[in-house]
Amino acid sequence: MYPKEFEKSIRKVEETRDERLKKLPERMKEKEKEALLKKWHPDYKPEAKRKLKVGVSKGEIVPNEVADIIEAYPLIEPKEIDLSQVDYEADVLIIGGGGAGTAAALFAYYNGIKPENIIIATKLRHGDSNTIMAQGGIQAADKPNDSPLIHYLDVIGGGHFANKPELVARLVLDAPLIIKWHEELGVMYDKKPDGEMITIHGGGTSRKRMHSAKDYTGMEIMRVLRDEARNIGIKVLEFSPAIELLTDGNRVTGALLYNLETDQYYVVRAKAVVLATGGFGRLHIQGFPTTNHYGATADGLVIAYRLGAKLRDMDSVQYHPTGVAYPEQIVGLLVTEKVRGLGAQPVNVDGEQFVHPLEPRDVEAAAIIRECYGRNKGVVTPTGMRGVWLDSPMIEIIHGKGTIERRLGAMFRMFKRFGIDMREEPILVFPTLHYQNGGIEINENAQVLGINGPIEALFAAGEVEGGVHGKNRLMGNSLLDTQVFGRIAGINAAKYAKKAKFGKLSLEHVEKYIEELKKAKIKKERKAPILLPDYRGKQVLSRAIDIL
Amino acid sequence: MAKKKPEMKMVRIYIMGKEYKVPAGLTIMKAMEYAGYRYIRGAGCRAGFCGACATVYRKEGDYKLYADLACQTTVEDGMWLVQLPFTPANKATYDLNKIKPDDKALVNFYPELARCVSCNTCTKACPQELDVMDYIQASLRGDIAKAAELSFDCIQCGLCAMRCPAEIAHYHVAQLARRLYGKYIAPKAKHLEERVKEIEEGKYDEEMRKMMKKSIEELREMYNSRDIEPEEEEEAKEAD
Repeated sequence: MYPKEFEKSIRKVEETRDERLKKLPERMKEKEKEALLKKWHPDYKPEAKRKLKVGVSKGEIVPNEVADIIEAYPLIEPKEIDLSQVDYEADVLIIGGGGAGTAAALFAYYNGIKPENIIIATKLRHGDSNTIMAQGGIQAADKPNDSPLIHYLDVIGGGHFANKPELVARLVLDAPLIIKWHEELGVMYDKKPDGEMITIHGGGTSRKRMHSAKDYTGMEIMRVLRDEARNIGIKVLEFSPAIELLTDGNRVTGALLYNLETDQYYVVRAKAVVLATGGFGRLHIQGFPTTNHYGATADGLVIAYRLGAKLRDMDSVQYHPTGVAYPEQIVGLLVTEKVRGLGAQPVNVDGEQFVHPLEPRDVEAAAIIRECYGRNKGVVTPTGMRGVWLDSPMIEIIHGKGTIERRLGAMFRMFKRFGIDMREEPILVFPTLHYQNGGIEINENAQVLGINGPIEALFAAGEVEGGVHGKNRLMGNSLLDTQVFGRIAGINAAKYAKKAKFGKLSLEHVEKYIEELKKAKIKKERKAPILLPDYRGKQVLSRAIDIL
Repeated sequence: MAKKKPEMKMVRIYIMGKEYKVPAGLTIMKAMEYAGYRYIRGAGCRAGFCGACATVYRKEGDYKLYADLACQTTVEDGMWLVQLPFTPANKATYDLNKIKPDDKALVNFYPELARCVSCNTCTKACPQELDVMDYIQASLRGDIAKAAELSFDCIQCGLCAMRCPAEIAHYHVAQLARRLYGKYIAPKAKHLEERVKEIEEGKYDEEMRKMMKKSIEELREMYNSRDIEPEEEEEAKEAD
């Protein structure tokens, strides 16, 4: 239910609707975009970032919250860890149980690794990830009017030409293969009666290539992959995040896991390791709320960096243009871009258009922030937050009654739970922290790169890695990233493991990193990976004592 | 911009029987955190997609047992609650390639389907408000398409299975139904098959190599002048 003070503004939105149905604002020219981003996008605030003081990417600029976990001491004292007793052995160890990790596990299996020799170690439950929350869709150039080359151009232009070309080429060329694989596994993509995929635009796409499974696309993909992994019998260690990698001095030889429920550590020896730990939403960069799942704390980034993995494009953060701004209970949660893809326009407090609904995400987000804070044309909520309307009732005017329930069931349900009927009333949105555009650098074989080339036996896939999306990811390319690079990582980890032997286990690189931290005079209290955010009430924390 | 903070209204909730005062208007999940709980289990996506925060509760003076997601439900004064972060339930193991998607497929893997007494408790327990019993009945009849369609929005929280007097694991049955539908019953996308063939034959490799070598200036020029498929061209009649 909306508060009374919204009524006047909602009426204005209704009044302008017919006119707005006839005409969209023009897309911005490149110069306009640049000026807008520079002034209004949170990423362009220099005070929110700093140079790294330690490690292989020393001197690179990253958000303060990222620097805080990179310039942090390990959770363990390396000398106190007994590596002589090995708890688990795997040919391929996959760290992270989301879309990328599970795809990697399946492809390691397809490439000859026995299920009992594959381990997925994950912090929460198998499938708890940003993958499962991805609503809008997955891109693939599989229609006759489209091609991987056109997709390539969209990706690299959307990414401000900062992407690694060889990664973009893999992303777009493998996309149709991935969709085909999903089809064979039984993923229920939205289709027309003759089997043609129903595809729509996303922000920054030049062809309608967004494939979806209602607005549960990620969930549908995730639950199918997980079901398949369970059928095959791949071993999964839940509630067991990796807190360090292990090496023999030359290559990665395993990982140290931590059982969140018993406090026990596990030593895992592995021939090849795939990092698929996801991104950093729960670091709440610049205090933004986030769309991300509870475990998105960039653990993989931290432990790989200690080992010498290079970072790239970590200065760039994706704020999704449309997070929930009202009601308070769900502030920051995702309103999928598909809502705009289906015709809902962003409009201000007076019901006026102010931006084309499908600009790339950074541009769209900056335009909304400008409307609220630059032009003072936002709607102010009872808690003082500002937002703009997303005129969702337009969807059913354009596509017919029933469209919202049928194609945006998750969104419809979420708002209905809090007394808002998005078929009848517009919804209030504001940008929210969504995605880690950069990450640890990989090559086209999903090998993690250090200063002297690939780090042996270490692969990465999904949000943890960088280079695929440059400085800005387009909608529908992250689900795709998890699948394309999960697959490549799984295949190459399997290939590598088949030829490799188990190696010695050591934490020497961690000891070296500690020395470097000390030299840089980093405060001792700061520890990472942080594993989980802490949302306990301030009053409770102020009087908490640690006894048990 | 920020208005004066209004007086915080508090409500009483009972977490596993123990009373806490928490601000009104919070979700159950945020209220438990406010009270001092730090989740390891019982929190996942925090947005209604993962089913980690299944919660059952009663309200004072009300006999009914409610089931909801902690992240999607607002606390009420006098709520007695407990989370059910895990559901023990056996999943059938199968090779999808070897299953015939006939009317016996689901019952073969989940014979307990026949124990359904049509009590509708599963439907009442579903936080997604799905017609759970209807898809169980469809599964029993062998109507895979119907079971897949009705269960599509299932987040696999397990509340149905915890409440079922016939001890059915509804969400596992539904998973199999959907995969059989997606693989065998839904029509195949021909354009996808053709594109995959083209890619495997290397049709785009040469052009892609050239594309990868282009300078940023060339790419920028191409990007800014690329043609954009018009919005209007509405997809004809949709499936379902």
